[in-house]
Amino acid sequence: MTIGLVIVSHSARLAEGVAELAAQMAPDVSVLPAGGTADGTLGTDYVRVRTALARAGDGGVVLLYDLGSARMVAELAVEDHEGSSDCRLVDAPLVEGSVAAAVAAQGGAGLDEVAMAARSASGGPAVGTDPPAESVDLLLHNEIGLHARPAALVARALAGLDAEVTVGLGGRRADARSVFALMGLGARDGDTVRVGATGPDAGEALRRIAELVERGFPE
Amino acid sequence: MSCATEDVVAVVRAAAVTVREHRDELVELDRRIGDGDHGENLMRGFTAVTSKLDSHVPDTPGAVLKLVATTLISTVGGASGPLFGTAFLRAGTAVGGLYRLDGAAVAAALEAASAGVIARGRADVGDKTMVDALAPAVEAARAAVGGSVAEVLAAAAEAAERGASSTVPLVARKGRASYLGERSAGHLDPGARSTALLLRCFAGSGRFADSADRG
Ligand SMILES: Nc1ncnc2c1ncn2[C@@H]1O[C@H](COP(=O)(O)OP(=O)(O)OP(=O)(O)O)[C@@H](O)[C@H]1O
Ligand SMILES: [Mg+2]
Repeated sequence: MTIGLVIVSHSARLAEGVAELAAQMAPDVSVLPAGGTADGTLGTDYVRVRTALARAGDGGVVLLYDLGSARMVAELAVEDHEGSSDCRLVDAPLVEGSVAAAVAAQGGAGLDEVAMAARSASGGPAVGTDPPAESVDLLLHNEIGLHARPAALVARALAGLDAEVTVGLGGRRADARSVFALMGLGARDGDTVRVGATGPDAGEALRRIAELVERGFPE
Repeated sequence: MSCATEDVVAVVRAAAVTVREHRDELVELDRRIGDGDHGENLMRGFTAVTSKLDSHVPDTPGAVLKLVATTLISTVGGASGPLFGTAFLRAGTAVGGLYRLDGAAVAAALEAASAGVIARGRADVGDKTMVDALAPAVEAARAAVGGSVAEVLAAAAEAAERGASSTVPLVARKGRASYLGERSAGHLDPGARSTALLLRCFAGSGRFADSADRG
């Protein structure tokens, strides 16, 4: 049972475009657009969101939205939906968030993991070029490398730590808290990544990531 | 006279007329600091409410308010849909199954409506939104409890009008106008204006003119 996505937008074409983009990377995930109003104008439509929620399947739904009333309409639709406890309304950049969530759902991630993949998809501030205070090289030895679920585990492991953490591969560096950026590195089984950290909790951050890698990203 | 189901239906119909009469004004206000659809949004919503009431009249004031709520939520298409929708929904819940509303019940309904708008939109007083009209209206209504329905609504309407005017110099911090930053100052907020218009319409519809009940 995979997680479905609902894209709530003021524009029908925007919602469809985002759904198209996300579905390309996640062919088995249902990504449902709920954009524009019934009479073809710009605006948000409660009934469309309800319909999309009902179609999104019963494995749980993550909703993303664009501006203003889109959040409020989505919120109302979720409150009135039968399976509202299996819905997550996520404040995320619409395009990156939708793609990250779709990829995570395609990889079999659970509801909260998919929601987190969306939430942490922000391009965020550019990763600094200063060398980190501490770093370690880690050899990946799990089958899928730093793909959706492992990337989500890395980001989650850093929750609450006061440290800037990056993961580098082949001259590129990604913010370790951004699932999207981590996946973008394309690190696979057999690659060696360099994890760098700066800040009061830098040591703890490196220790936690090293442990995840060593144990092959357990459930 | 307290306020019965047919009175609530009558003021809701009067509100639809008010919205139609002020459609262009609300569109113009929203064009200055928003996307220019506020008048159209409310027209669409209240026209749908009127046609629902043409085919079916619920049997309590609370049920009428809930019908207004669900209709606005599913037809308005802009922020005022979920916001006014939540307001009417909470007002309907607040009056429960009562068959007649007195001044105190109306004040309690307004208070619940305002709390609903604040919860849904997360705006505070001073953010240049409808909350700037609604919050003072609640204060004034509460102070007028003990009076008739007409007195409570008149106090609320007057406070809402003053509250709406107070949005002119403000810089918007919520809603579309917030994208304009400093440039939003110097304009009346459309949602605060429509809120004041609706309350004035409820107060002045003449339905409660001879209200004598106290408390
Ligand atoms: N977060 C909010 N909290 C309270 N009131 C708000 C909020 N956002 C907008 N409003 C009110 O809604 C009014 C605008 O209503 P309108 O029907 O034009 O929706 P809109 O802003 O065009 O909707 P959208 O968010 O879809 O663009 C504003 O003038 C303001 O009073
Ligand atoms: Mg508008």
